[in-house]
Amino acid sequence: MVALFVRLRLTLMANSFKRSVWQLIGFIVAVLYAVWIVGAAIFGTVTGVDADPRITADVVTIVGAVLVLAWWVIPLFAFGVDATLDPQRFVTYGVPRRTLLAGLAAAGLTSVPGFSMVVLVLGMALAWVGEPLTLLAALVGGVLAVALCVVGSRAITTALGPLLESRRYREVLTIAAFVPIVLVGPAVAWGAARLEESGADFDAVPALLDQVASVVAWTPLGAPWGLAGAVHDGVWPLVLVRLLIAGVTLGLLWWLWDVSLARSLVTPPTSGAGKGRSKGLGWFDRMPATPAGAVAARALTYWFRDPRYAASIAVLPLLPVILLVAGGGTASEILLILAPLTAWILGYSVSADIAYDSSAFALHVSTGVSGRDDRTGRALAVGPPAVAVVAIFAAFSLGFMGRWDLAPVVLGVSLGALGVSLGVSSVTSARLLYPVPKPGDSPFKQPQGAAMATIVSQLVGSLATVVLSLPFVALAIAALITSSALLGWLTLLVGVVEGVVMLLLGIRWGARIFDRRGPELLQQVMSYA
Amino acid sequence: MSAHLPPEGPARPNPFAPPQPGAATPPAAPYPHPGTVPQAAAPQQPPDPSAAFSIRGLWKRFGDKAAVAGVDLDVPSGSFYGIVGPNGAGKTTMLSMATGLLRPDFGTVSVHGGDFWSDPVAGKRSLGVLPDGVRLFDRLTGEQLITYAGLLRGMDRAVVAERTADLLRALDLAADAKTFVVDYSAGMTKKVALASALIHAPRILVLDEPFEAVDPVSAANIRDILGEYVRSGGTVVVSSHVMDLVQRMCDHVAIIAAGRILAAGTVDEVRAGQSLEDRFVALVGGRQSAEGLSWLRSS
Repeated sequence: MVALFVRLRLTLMANSFKRSVWQLIGFIVAVLYAVWIVGAAIFGTVTGVDADPRITADVVTIVGAVLVLAWWVIPLFAFGVDATLDPQRFVTYGVPRRTLLAGLAAAGLTSVPGFSMVVLVLGMALAWVGEPLTLLAALVGGVLAVALCVVGSRAITTALGPLLESRRYREVLTIAAFVPIVLVGPAVAWGAARLEESGADFDAVPALLDQVASVVAWTPLGAPWGLAGAVHDGVWPLVLVRLLIAGVTLGLLWWLWDVSLARSLVTPPTSGAGKGRSKGLGWFDRMPATPAGAVAARALTYWFRDPRYAASIAVLPLLPVILLVAGGGTASEILLILAPLTAWILGYSVSADIAYDSSAFALHVSTGVSGRDDRTGRALAVGPPAVAVVAIFAAFSLGFMGRWDLAPVVLGVSLGALGVSLGVSSVTSARLLYPVPKPGDSPFKQPQGAAMATIVSQLVGSLATVVLSLPFVALAIAALITSSALLGWLTLLVGVVEGVVMLLLGIRWGARIFDRRGPELLQQVMSYA
Repeated sequence: MSAHLPPEGPARPNPFAPPQPGAATPPAAPYPHPGTVPQAAAPQQPPDPSAAFSIRGLWKRFGDKAAVAGVDLDVPSGSFYGIVGPNGAGKTTMLSMATGLLRPDFGTVSVHGGDFWSDPVAGKRSLGVLPDGVRLFDRLTGEQLITYAGLLRGMDRAVVAERTADLLRALDLAADAKTFVVDYSAGMTKKVALASALIHAPRILVLDEPFEAVDPVSAANIRDILGEYVRSGGTVVVSSHVMDLVQRMCDHVAIIAAGRILAAGTVDEVRAGQSLEDRFVALVGGRQSAEGLSWLRSS
C-alpha cells in the first residue's frame, strides 16, 4: 500500500512533466541545486570531521536544527499543504488511517527536498566511518531527523489546515509563526555580543559554536543531529537524553498528525465564508455604475470576503513590529523603509488578480469588458485604500523616530513605489500568470507544480519594479546623505509624478494585452483549475 | 427581428440539413486524420448573413486531438436550436468559439452577418452566454452577481436594479438574493448564471447545459422564459444530453460527435420519423451490449 502511494506520487510528477516542459525544467533546476547543496554539505562534513570533529558536530547540530525548523515552518507560508496528495482525495476509498499515514509519509519523502534529506543524512553519517559507534549514532540520528522533518511538516500543516481557512485564527497564527523569524534578530545580536565580549577573536568562534550547539541539541530540532557528537565524546547519558527527546517528539508529532488527519477526513473543507448573508449591494452601491466601477466594487468585495486576498497582505500589520525588532527596539533608520515596503506589497498584491478570478474570469470575457475598464477597476480597488495605509504607516514611522523633516522623502518613495508596483502589476497580471490557490481553497495551499511560473513572474515583476523605482530611490538616498531639504522635496515630486505616470502606462499596456489575449487568458486560468 | 420560423423548416435551403437518413454529410466521407489541416479547397458556402449564427469551417485542436474538426452550422434567426452530442463531442468547445471564450484555429463565426472574431466586442454585445464548467464570482451574493454582469455590460444602474429584481423573481431566487453564491446549490448556481446571461436582453442566447442539476419546476419556468423569448424574436442555442427535452423544446437541432456535425436542421428533418434519441444513437453509435459487467450483479 505504501508502495502504491509512492508510485502515485511519481506518476503525478511524471504527468506534470508531460503537461508542461517548464515543469520539467523547473524540476531539473531543483535537482541540480539540491545535488550541489547536498554535495557541498557532505563534502564539508567529511573534511570537517577529518580536521576537527568537535566543531563539525556543533555545526551539524545547528544547521540541522535550522533545516528541521525550515521543514516545519516554510510550508505554512511559501508552499502550504502539499496538494499533490491531499488526504481528502482518499476519503471515499476507505483506506485504513494507519496505512494512509504511512503512505503519505513515504510519499512526502518522494520529492526533491525529501530525497535530498535522505542523501544528506546518509552522506553526513559516512563522515564518521572511522568510528563505527558514532557512524551508527549518526545514521540513527539522521533517520530520526528526516522523520521529524516529514512527519512534523505534515502534522503542522494538517493540524493548522482548518484554522488557516478561517480568518480570525489565520492572523493569530501568522503572528505565532513569525516568532521564530523575529527571534533571529535578537539571536544574531546575542551572538555578536558574545563574540565582542570575548574580544572579537576568531578563536572564540568554536567556543561560541559549542555554546549554541549545546543549547540547540536540547531542543527537538537539534537533538537527533546531536546524537553523533555525543557518542563521539562518549557522554552516554547525553546520548540517551537526545535519543529520548527526538523519539518522544516524533511520537507526539505522529499522534498530532494522526488526530488531525482523522478530524480532517470527516470534516470536509468549508468555504470559510460560512452561511453568510449580505445586506444590500455593498460596494456595488458605492462605486460608480460603470464597468470599471463595477470591477473595482467586485474586487473590493473580494478583499473583504476572499481569504486569499487577506492572506497576501497578512504580513502588513506585523511589519512595524518586525522592523522595530530588527532595529533592536530603538528608533533606528530601518523604520524608514516601513511605508515604502508597505506600498510595494500592496501594489504587488494585485499582480495575480486574473489568476485569483480563476475560471470566473469567463464573465469578463463573455461580457466583452474592455482591458482599460478591467485594469482600471482592479487598480482602483487597491489604490485609494493603499494610499491611506501608506500615509498612516509613514506617519507612524516618522513620529516614532521624531523625524518629521523626512516626510517628503518617505512619502515620495512610498507613493512612487505604490504607483510603480501597481503599474507593473497591471501588466504582469495580464501577461505573466501563474497558478494560485483556487477560490475556496486554503490560501496557503499552493497548487502543484506552480513553482517555476511563480518564480519567473515574481522575478520579472520585482525586477521591473526595482529598476523603475531607481530614480526616486536614488534621490531619496541622496537626500538622506546630504540632509538636503531641497532634495527631499524633489524626491516627493519625482516619486508622485513617476508613480502616476507608471500607473497610467501600466494600465494602458496591460489593457492592450488584455484586449488582445482575453480568450487565451481565460484558457490559461481554466487550465489551472 | 424577423418572425418566428415555422417548425416545418426554414424558408431557405439549409445545405447541411440531411434530407434523408444516411445522407448526413460527414459520415459519408471518412474522417480526416485529426492532425490534418482542413482543406481550403473544399467547396464552402458563404456565411448566411440572415442567420443568427453562421459558422464555417470551424477547427480547434488541443494537442493531437481535434476537439472541433471542421464544423459548418447555420442557426436561423429566431430559432430555438438544440445541440446534442455524446460526452466529449466538442459541444462546449464549439459554443466557446462561437461566443468569444476560445479562439478558433481556423474558420469563421458570423453573428447576424458580422464576422465575430474580427470584432469580438461588437459580437459579444448581442450575445448572452451561459458557459459550462466555469466558476462564478461566488463570493458575491446572487443579487450582486447579476448586478455585476449588468454593470460590466455598461448598463444603467436603475435598469440593472429593476431587471435584477425581475430575474430573481422569475427564477425563484428572490428568497436567496442576499445569500452568497458559494452557498447556492448546483441548480441555483445554474439559475443565477442564466440570470447574468439574460440581464442585457441579448438578441441571441447561448446556453451550455442550462438544465443540468436544475429541479423540474425551475426547469419548466426556464423553458417558459426561453419559449417566450423565442416567440418575441430572440434566438436560443442550447446544448443538452437530454434528447427528450430537446425534441419537445427546440425547433432545430444539430447532432455533433467527434467534433463534427452529423446532422443538422429542423427537429423533424433530423429525426426523420424516429424519436430523436433513436436517431441520435443510430448516428453516433457506441451502444454496448448489456452482457458487460457480469461481476457487478449483486446476486
